[in-house]
Amino acid sequence: MKEIVAIIRPNKLDEVKDALEETGCHGITVTEVKGRGRQLGITESYRGSDYRIDMLPKTRLEIVVEDEDMENVIKTIVETAQTGDIGDGKIFISTVDDVVRIRTGERGEEAV
Amino acid sequence: MDVLNSGDTAWMLISTALVLLMTVPGVALFYGGLTKKANVLNTMFMSLIAFSITSIIWVLYGYQFAFGADMLGGIIGNPANLLFSGIGVDQLSGTIPETVFIAFQLTFAAITVALISGAVVERMKFSSWMVFVIAWVSLVYVPIAHWVWGGGFLSALGALDFAGGTVVHVNCGVAALALILLLGKRKEVKLLPHNLGYSVIGAALLWFGWFGFNAGSALAADGLAGQAFINTNTAAAAAMISWVIIDYLKTGKPTVLGAITGAVAGLVAITPAAGFVTVQAAVIIGLLTSVVSYLSISYLKPKLGYDDALDVFGVHGMSGLWGALATGLFAAPFIGEASGLFYGNPEQLLIQIIAIVVVAVYSFVVTLIIGKIIDMVMGLRVEDKEEIEGLDISLHEETGYRI
Repeated sequence: MKEIVAIIRPNKLDEVKDALEETGCHGITVTEVKGRGRQLGITESYRGSDYRIDMLPKTRLEIVVEDEDMENVIKTIVETAQTGDIGDGKIFISTVDDVVRIRTGERGEEAV
Repeated sequence: MDVLNSGDTAWMLISTALVLLMTVPGVALFYGGLTKKANVLNTMFMSLIAFSITSIIWVLYGYQFAFGADMLGGIIGNPANLLFSGIGVDQLSGTIPETVFIAFQLTFAAITVALISGAVVERMKFSSWMVFVIAWVSLVYVPIAHWVWGGGFLSALGALDFAGGTVVHVNCGVAALALILLLGKRKEVKLLPHNLGYSVIGAALLWFGWFGFNAGSALAADGLAGQAFINTNTAAAAAMISWVIIDYLKTGKPTVLGAITGAVAGLVAITPAAGFVTVQAAVIIGLLTSVVSYLSISYLKPKLGYDDALDVFGVHGMSGLWGALATGLFAAPFIGEASGLFYGNPEQLLIQIIAIVVVAVYSFVVTLIIGKIIDMVMGLRVEDKEEIEGLDISLHEETGYRI
């Protein structure tokens, strides 16, 4: 099992969510987060003075999938969340040792 | 003999309500939107409480000292009607009831002190602010209002100030500067508006209310009020456009904050001149005032290193200064019965300069003294911890947003 953590633009959330749903991926956890990437944020100008805004609002998705679904989910996120401009975000993938469904106590892929 | 004119009275009641709207909610929203999220309530509260405190001072003794019969050689009015005693409903001030004139002037005193708060937000103790409002309105606003409007020595000299270029704007701008020199810089010196939408609404309410401020200062529903009205709108519009042009030239992008700052600067600059100049002059006053305020905000402020949080000195002080000077340049005899330099009366410009200097020096020095005393007795500034936490939570145990 893999955990996919995707940091995307907040305004892309609905699109990504709908696209994932179409691929059969339903389980998803969403958090509003702030962060910055390599460009160290953006610059805003107020009354002639420039300020670097280095913590930009982003949306963080956590999705745990079976190994064979991983590439499909990643592809879907990249295709729908991509604008081509700086700030589109990143996807981090890691291995999940085990999963427990709290309601039933099921373990492993059954519980995903 | 003066006779009550119901048209004038109706207009002045409306004007008074319009000027009230400028402070609550105009200034409160304008300033509130420009501060950090964690200080939005404190910032708005400073305007609200300033309005309430001034309202009480004004009826008890402020109006009486400011507009009482002149005494002590033009320094202060004779407070014959302390505590509102002896001011009857039938008493007139020109063609309107004196009660209406008192209420109208009250709103000017209130907005002047509320404007100062923009410089000191995000770091001043609320308790000290309340004490400051009491002391400042009593010792700075009231005497200056008397000098210029109440028949005091600057008025005798012939200083022109239709609706408050020196009394309101130079006065509050310079006082703001004095107070922030005592307070010191914020830990995080930035102008990062947390909700510019509030500021747009606030600025729009200021613009709307300013018609009462300036056209109301004709004290009658007449042609002069109409002239002041159209001048006010013209200067604000011109100043907004010129700030947008400056934005384009400097950064290539027009900003909304720039546009509303320009509009407010235009409203400030036309205030002393509104009932003295032509519409053509209002265009010039408006166009140039954005240059004056922009330069002071983007060059003077960083160079001198003072932390005028929301640019009260840069916008009100400097545009007020320009407007008061411009009145001495552009006053046209066929508008307000006074002539400026361009109508063959260079002496008017000199009188304007004297009035500006006298008001600025008095306001600066007395504000410094008031601020220093408050600082020694109760402290002006909040604890570091409170400043970092935000004043809404640390001073009021409230938050502006619970989302």
